[in-house]
Parts: sequence; C-alpha cells; structure tokens
Amino acid sequence: MPLDQLEGAAKSQGQAARLVSQHIVEIVSDSGEGAQTCGQIFADLCARNGNGIWTVEIIPAEIEPPSRSRAGASGNRIRIGSARVTNAGDAADVVVALNEQVLYSRIDAGALHAGTRVFVDESWASDPDEAVRARYAEAVADFRQRGYAVIEVPIESECRRFTDEPRKGKNMWVLGLLCALYDLDEARVRPGIAARFRKKGEAVVQKNLDLFAAGYRWALDHVEDRFHVPSAPASEPMVVMNGNQALALGIMAAGIEVCSMYPITPATSASHFLAANFERAGGFVHQAEDEIAAIGFAIGCSYAGKTAVTITSGPGFALKTEFIGFAVMAEIPLVIVVVQRGGPSTGLPTKIEQGDLLAALYASPGDSPKIVLAPATIEECFHFLITARKLAEEFRGPVIVLSDANLATGQQPFPKPTLSEAWLAPPVDPSDWNPEVPPFDWDPRTGLSRRPVPGQRGGQYVVTGLAHDDQGHVAYESAVNQRAMNMRSRKLATLRAALKPPAVHGADRGDLLVVGWGSTLGAIEEAVDSLRARGLAVSSLHLRFLSPLEPGLAEIFSRFRKVLTVEVNYADEPGQPFIDPGSRRYSQLAQLLRSHTLVDVDCWGTVPGSPLPPGRIEEHLLSVLGETKKES
Amino acid sequence: MSAVITDWETAPEPRVCTLEDYRGAEARWCPGCGDHAVLNAVQRLARDKQLPPEKTVVVSGIGCSSRFPHYMATYGFHGLHGRAFPVACGVRSRRPDLNIFVVTGDGDCCAIGTAHWIHAIRYNMKLAILLLDNNIYGLTKSQTSPTTRLGERSSTHPQGSFVAPLNPLSVTLGIANVSFVAQTVDWNPPHLYATIRAAHEHDGAAFVRVLQRCPHFTSHVFQEPQRDFGRLLLADHPDGIPIDPAVRSLFPNRIHHDPRDLPSARELAARDDVYPIGLLYRNRDALRYDQATSRGLGKTPAEKLAAVEETLERFTI
Repeated sequence: MPLDQLEGAAKSQGQAARLVSQHIVEIVSDSGEGAQTCGQIFADLCARNGNGIWTVEIIPAEIEPPSRSRAGASGNRIRIGSARVTNAGDAADVVVALNEQVLYSRIDAGALHAGTRVFVDESWASDPDEAVRARYAEAVADFRQRGYAVIEVPIESECRRFTDEPRKGKNMWVLGLLCALYDLDEARVRPGIAARFRKKGEAVVQKNLDLFAAGYRWALDHVEDRFHVPSAPASEPMVVMNGNQALALGIMAAGIEVCSMYPITPATSASHFLAANFERAGGFVHQAEDEIAAIGFAIGCSYAGKTAVTITSGPGFALKTEFIGFAVMAEIPLVIVVVQRGGPSTGLPTKIEQGDLLAALYASPGDSPKIVLAPATIEECFHFLITARKLAEEFRGPVIVLSDANLATGQQPFPKPTLSEAWLAPPVDPSDWNPEVPPFDWDPRTGLSRRPVPGQRGGQYVVTGLAHDDQGHVAYESAVNQRAMNMRSRKLATLRAALKPPAVHGADRGDLLVVGWGSTLGAIEEAVDSLRARGLAVSSLHLRFLSPLEPGLAEIFSRFRKVLTVEVNYADEPGQPFIDPGSRRYSQLAQLLRSHTLVDVDCWGTVPGSPLPPGRIEEHLLSVLGETKKES
Repeated sequence: MSAVITDWETAPEPRVCTLEDYRGAEARWCPGCGDHAVLNAVQRLARDKQLPPEKTVVVSGIGCSSRFPHYMATYGFHGLHGRAFPVACGVRSRRPDLNIFVVTGDGDCCAIGTAHWIHAIRYNMKLAILLLDNNIYGLTKSQTSPTTRLGERSSTHPQGSFVAPLNPLSVTLGIANVSFVAQTVDWNPPHLYATIRAAHEHDGAAFVRVLQRCPHFTSHVFQEPQRDFGRLLLADHPDGIPIDPAVRSLFPNRIHHDPRDLPSARELAARDDVYPIGLLYRNRDALRYDQATSRGLGKTPAEKLAAVEETLERFTI
C-alpha cells in the first residue's frame, strides 16, 4: 500500500509519529541482559498489531561471554513492515545498545549505515571505572564520526528507580522505549507483559510493568523522531512463530509419533518445543546417547510401523549418513530434518549457511537415492513436514528436509493452518499380509512397493543393508543387484514425474535468471523486484525440491541469457590466483544445476555467516548485468 | 506387560506353531560354530512359549552372529555394525506387544557399539540381549576383539594382542539401572536354553553373554572348560536360572549366589580362575524407559488434532 493511502489510518490514531512503510530495528546487549527476550516480545507485539515482521536472532557462541565485549553481542533484529516482510533487510534504521562495545560487533557485521539512529546507554559515562568511562566517550565520539545519529539514554539510572538489579530490568525499560518509538498503544501491550510474568508473582509483574511504563514515558518525553509503521489487519487468522517452532508444529500436525534427537545447535530448539508439547498429541521425544543412536532409534521405530523423525545439523548429519544409506537400502520411511549451520567441521554453530546440500544428496556409501526438500519460508517449515512424512511412506525411504539457521530463529507471521485428519499418519494396517506378495514387491514401472510391518501375520521378512532380492534375501548376483538399484532409483523419477516446473518470479525470459533455494527466497525476490522496477530484465526461481530436481529447468534456463545461483555457500571467486574456469569450484547448487541441465550456470556464493541482505544481492546482480551487457 | 498399554492388539486365533514355523533360511555359519546352538535354543524357546512369529523381531548388527535374523522365520532386522541396540530400542519404544531379541557379537557390542550397549542397559527396555562372544572377529577373518585374551594371536596382532581384554559382565554390572546379567556356554544346550528363556521372561533389558567357540579362529579358547566342567562355577540359587537336577549335577563347582546381591555379582563376574555361569544379577524393580516412551499410545486422531490445535492457538495473533 502506498504511504499516502496509509496516512489516513495513522491520523485516525492521532499520533505525531512519522509514517514509514518499513523499518529495521535492532536491540543488542551483553548476553544475559534479556535483549533477545525484549526483541522477541517487540516482534510479537508488532505482528499482533497487524504488521509484517521478520526477525533474526543475534547469538554469541557462548552462554555468557565476557561482558562489554565486541564478540559477545546478543540480541535481535526486527524488520517491521506495513505489508508482508520476507527477509531481514539491509542496514538498521534504529539500534538500541545496552553498552557501546556490543554495538561494535554490529558495526563489524555491516548492520549499520550512516544515519542509523543509535540509542546507547549513557550510564557508562559515569561508571566508577575510569577505563570504562574513557572507552565509552571514545566510542560515542567514533559513532558520531561514522555518521550515526547517537542518542544517549540513561537506561541504567532510570531503571534503578524501580529495581536494584538493573541488569535484569533494562530490557523491559527498552521494550517500553521501543513501543513508544514505534507508536504502539501502551494499553494494548501491558496485558501481554503481565501475562508473561504472571507465574513469577504479583510483585514481579508490577515491577516489569513499571519499567515498561517508565521506558515508554521517557521516549515520549525525550525522543523527537518517532515512527509509525501502518498495519493492515489480516483478513484471515494468522500465527507468528519461528522456523524451528514451525517444524515442530508440522511434526505434530503430521501425526509423527517419535522425535529421536541428540542436542545440536541450531536444531535443538525444535526438540525443546516438542518436549514441552508433543505428549499431548501422542508423541515422544527420545534424547539419544549420540547422533547415530538417534537415527537408529528413529529407524527402529519406523520399521515397527510408527512414524519417526530425527532432527540434526551438519556435524550430526555427517554421523547419520551410514544409517541414511541403510534406510535407502532397506526402504524404511524416515524424515530427517537438517537445520544447517556454517561448516565445515564445527564451523559456525549459530550462523547461517547452505553447505549441506550436496551432503544431503550424496553423503552415504554407494548410490543412495533419496528425496530432499527445502522450505523457503517459516510457513513452509510447517507444511513441508507434512509433505515429507507422506513422501517418506509413499516412496518408502528417507526424506531429508533442509532448513537453516536463518529460518530456525527467524519469526514471521503466516496464515494459521487449518489442521486436517488427512495430514496425520494413518495407523498401520495390522491385518494379515498375503505371503505370496514379496516384501519388496517393486512395481517395475515406478519402483514403489508396500511394506509388511511387524505384527502383520504372513509378512515376516528380514531387512538388511546387504544387497537383496525382492524377498529381502541376501543376494550378490549381478542381475539382482542391478535390478534392486534400478528400482530404488526409479522412485525419484516417479516422484519427479508428479512435480510441476517451478514458477518463475518475474518475466519468463530475460537477461538474467537468479536461482536460489531455502531461506534466501525473500531477499532474492526483493532484490529482483527492485531491479525490475528499474527496468532490468531480471527474474528469479526458487527450488523446493533438490532431489529429485523439479522438471523443466533446462527449458526455463534456455530463455535467459545468463543463469546465476545466489547461495550462502562457498564458491571460488574468478580472478583469484589459480582460479580460472577450469579450476573454479562453484557453489553447491550451481554444481548440481550445471550437471543436471548442462547449462553454463554461474554462481554467487558467499559465506558471511549472516542472512544475505537484499541490497547486497542487488549490488551483485547489477555488476553481473553490467558484465552481461558487455558480452553482447 | 506391566503398566504398558498397546494400540496394537489383534484377536488371537488358535494355532500351534512348530519348530518349522521359526526356521528361516538355512544357517550358513561354519560347522561347529557356537551360533548354531544359540539359534536352536531360540527357536525351541519360541516354540515352547508359542511366540507368534509375526510378533517376534530379531535385531542384530554386523558380524557372524548378526546373520541370526536371516535364519529365523520371524521379522528380522539385520542392521549396521554396532547399532543393533538403538534400533531395538526404537522398535520397542512404541511396540510393547512385540517379542524382541537382540543378537550381537563381541566386536559388534563391545567395540564399535560400546556406547549403545551401555545406554541400552541403562534404558532397561524389555529386550532379550544375546552377546555371542567367541573372543574374535570371525566374518572379517580373525582380528583381535575387545574380549580377545592378552597375548592371543590374530591377523591384526600376529605376535599376540597388546591390551588386556574387556570383561563384558563386569562392564554391564557397572552400568546404572542394570537389571539382568547372566552367562552361559554354547556347549551345554540345557543351560543355554534355560538362560535364554529366563532372559526372555525378564521385564527389562536382559543381558546374556554366551561363551562360544569359533571353530576356525578360536577353537582352543574355551577348550579347557569344555572338557572340564570343573572350570565352570555355577551360580546356584532358587531365584537363579532354573535347571534340571541332572544338568545341575554336571557342574562340580557351585556357589550359592543370590541374584539380588550386586556386590557379590560383581565379585563373581571379575573372577579369572573360573568361568561363572548362571544368573549373576537380577533387579525386577529397575526403571523401565519403555514405560515412558510408550506414553501417548492409543490417542485418537481427534485427540491428536485437538492437542495440535491447542498448541497452534498459542501462536495465533
């Protein structure tokens, strides 16, 4: 909606705040000061207000790193919009920093630009430690030098009026400041805060409400520039959650009975959520002794006719690969969720990367064809679990769902799903099995087969990871092996035949087609839209199925002069020493698409450890288009 | 089964299963291999207890002994090296109605699968666990195993092994929540049968170590106690492994041992002058993890949907 149309709505609320269609705000603090909670509540309030939001958690790798350190910043970025928000955006418009040192980590991350409003706690200016005072003064001068609009706020001294432990209360005071800054109705916010602290007793509720009110009041009295992001109430019921919560709810809505896991960042919060909620839906979370046991347990469960999921991240996935190959070989349905983080090895545990794509496709001994899906939004994190569970059973094998750290902690509203009994795993048929039907009764056309489950009389068979015939009998004969490999592979072709070609975002032909997958969807499309608005012939395409690949790609690619993947993945940069077209290692999606389509797909692969901002993508695409034009 | 509900009950039909109903593919172990004796004992037990073949699952890992499921006509799971335990626990987690046997070897259980062994004992889910211990890797042709005796020669240690062997009984008896530990030998079929039967009847994880010969690579290892029953020490107690008086009289060395006495069980397990056989330890009151994992079984689709809806509602804006 254009701003002039929205203005009326704002005026009716009688506020003097400046109208903006979208804004990016960050709150950062030392770990343990509640900046994340503050950010989450603020995002939730904006979503409840009818705004579009997207959030990114700012997480240090340690639980409580040294205070006032550049590397220890903890907090949240919230992008608020008057319409749907699909990504975290570029530079922040507003940053609230509980100390000046943590702000530097955001500066280093490129999260600020000249003009960003920086609210910083000025209490450090009167700290008893002279060194702290000096560092504060030096930093604030530096911030001004960098062109930030610095607003010094007496956060700690204001909080001391209500609490002896300002470290634990500042976040609510800041929440009050943010709500006033963004013109949210104080009266509508208070019940939510009261509900959040109710369990801790009346005194705690009152203290937090007082802190909130004081922050709100201070902002009204002292901050001249306030903002109003008009909201458009949704026409249907909406929910707001992060990607890991959506995965967990999808698991419940799919009627999966067991989640077997081993703790690993950034996947574990999905299991935390299940542990608290699963049992009422008839499910159970098994915390195994290691990653291998976690998938083995899930496979045992599934073999016995009960649907199971295992959730992990890159290093854990690496340990599971032998069992994944077994599930392919023995044709045991299983959903494996991989919430990707930065690699290789232990890598960047809390940060985003898309580097497990090829491992998901190929990292098992021998040829082990399996289905791989990748949700691109929070909403898809929910729905893809339901799809994955069905595909696992229909195609009798493992299905990998690749999420990432950006989706895991990012919050976004989406239409509330209407649950359906058809989504639930059906109870397994306990009736007799016709002993004439082999346990691997492959349909020679599709490779599909039904499986007997323990308890079914007449269906007794042995699953084995050894080469076997359709009876499940160990068989090393060449013809038998060739046929079984053929049947397991055929299933992917069968699935692909049921898929539609992916939709192209923008015109279906042009100079440049950007191809992406996973959580980069919103940022890529925002960049493409911006370039299209400038008259450039750029389109994009986003893959949800990585194995099998969606059909029609080569044909779509042929309608563009250049095809380029944009990935949060490593790729050699052309022009570096020894890097030429022969030696260049392409990023993973590009490798896959090149081999699949025989099109000379280029790539922009980068590994910043943070979500790709649309502005950076746009900048890169412009340079690519410049090159393309030169070629013609 | 105590305090465990199942959503998987089929109406039993009258039928009588014979040994044939439990015999799968022809066993391809070497002649004289101890695995044959264990297979016979399990098939006889299944027949005697009339275990429905479709309700019986044999889970194994990799190795000679792990070929076991192929030779049964029940459901079978011939999995990955060292990973029989997690699979069996997964099968058990939501299927209290099944009879589950875990068959593993000294390499499978005590080397590559050690972590799972320890935790499976701690979980104490109802499983009859048979460790077929011949002190050697057979399938891969004579490599040192964790139970190979010090100085014993193998393909990987032609001058003799360097490291003291691990005692599977002592290890198992040291694990928290252990509930059943017994030892038997492949060359005494009545004792072997009675021990496996007691394991199957135990409500929890029943760990049985079977001392057995590999005719190819370790035929000498248990030769002494095989020829001289005096080298075996029979743990004897009214609560122990019930055996026929005639069989009992074969064992000249017997010790009165109460299977509830854990310190004595540990002492007995650690003896290296004799081979203790019989029931070393049983605790019928140990916590059962499968009673937790089977929670929520039998929820109707409507109940499930209501629970999901209620959870979803908390996110509604």
